[in-house]
Amino acid sequence: MMEITEGSHAIAKIVARCRPQVVSAYPITPQTHIVEALADYVADCKLDADYITVENEMSALSACIGASAAGSRVYSATTSQGLALMFEACFNAAGMRLPIIMSIANRALGAPLSIWNDQQDSISLRDSGWLQFYAEDNQEATDMHIIAYKVAEDHSVLLPVFVCFDGFILSHTYEPVDMLPQEDVDKYLPKFTPYEKLDAEDPISFGMYATPEYYHEFRYEIDRAAKRAADVYRKAAKDFAGMFGRDYSGLIEEYRMEDAETAIVAMGSICGTIKDAIDEMRDAGKKVGLVRIRVFRPFPDKEIAQALAKTKRVAVLDKNISLGSKGAVALEVKDAMYGKTIPVLYYILGLGGRDVRKRDIAAIVALAEKGEGDMFYGLRKEVL
Amino acid sequence: MGLAVGCRAKPGKARDNRTGSWRVFKPSFDRGKCTKCGMCMTLCPEGCIHQTEEEFVEPDYTYCKGCGICGEECPGEAIAMKQEEK
Repeated sequence: MMEITEGSHAIAKIVARCRPQVVSAYPITPQTHIVEALADYVADCKLDADYITVENEMSALSACIGASAAGSRVYSATTSQGLALMFEACFNAAGMRLPIIMSIANRALGAPLSIWNDQQDSISLRDSGWLQFYAEDNQEATDMHIIAYKVAEDHSVLLPVFVCFDGFILSHTYEPVDMLPQEDVDKYLPKFTPYEKLDAEDPISFGMYATPEYYHEFRYEIDRAAKRAADVYRKAAKDFAGMFGRDYSGLIEEYRMEDAETAIVAMGSICGTIKDAIDEMRDAGKKVGLVRIRVFRPFPDKEIAQALAKTKRVAVLDKNISLGSKGAVALEVKDAMYGKTIPVLYYILGLGGRDVRKRDIAAIVALAEKGEGDMFYGLRKEVL
Repeated sequence: MGLAVGCRAKPGKARDNRTGSWRVFKPSFDRGKCTKCGMCMTLCPEGCIHQTEEEFVEPDYTYCKGCGICGEECPGEAIAMKQEEK
């Protein structure tokens, strides 16, 4: 049913329809409305789950790890400093192969303190073993949670997933969202079947210590599972499209790429602005297209290389910076394009909530056409 | 044998970790000085010291890491740590 709703509330509602048995989270801007709504559902007996209140995010994810190991479907949500506090537990959740779903309302990391949007938080955990999906709008953010459970809980994957959407820009924006009713979610997402679970009658430990003879191989197995997740995702999203009509089955989405000379690569809500800017540039005769990365982990390098193969130049827009190097997306796109002569330029933009407008996208395309890039775009030189 | 998904293990799995290979100093027990007080058994972090039939104590060198706590704590100074030649 189509509803005009705040992004956070749409996500809370759909998460409740995924029937998590345990929710543990700690409120942090701009994720707060999600967990507030879920706490209300539990208190009002609209969601049959244990809501575990904790003293911080480290405890929230640790509670989720325990609950998932005990065989429950589990949900959490966080952002920015909260995610940073979960750092250690994130690696443990992936290493123990627990299919936890966590919403990330993307926000900048301090210092300096900023509550506004960029994607530094989830990007900084790119090596943790969590799969990472990035939504463009609230419809996609909502649907992605259902698909995420399907992918994570597949026994050939068994990895946790970040469902990422831009803080405030999506989390606090009212948009029409087609909310799948409970019976549709139930039809798509069966009851959680744990691969193994904690059982006092038949005790096991999770995440035991591995000596140097074994650790290397354990990491290999996690990496293989993350790579297998690509096909599992494609199938899960295809099934979703077959049942409900919305197709997210590409790890990337191509927009007006058919004869594009300049290709933009980006992730998240900025892609809506980019698509509008592209439409205007196309009307003015510029051959510009967009490759939107929907699934950042596992990284779709082959799809990206193929999508960009016939372009003349590539502009990667990063709402993050691997300090001392480049934007994280640019690094990986460059790797995917290794051996090709097409220039890949990167632009760091929109950090800490700096607004990115259509005219910024047009300006970046103009810079790329001149071969100018590898820069922080839009620096206010007067304050430097 | 394939690895357990998520490095999961049944109880007792730690026995597979033969920590004796870590040892540099090996405890040697002098039965002449041993009063059978059992302090070394209690304090051994590996839990690898056990009593023999004559109630003397001896470690299981498969697991003894050579940490030296038994030698340090033995009230009768009956345990000497000696560098091991391998």
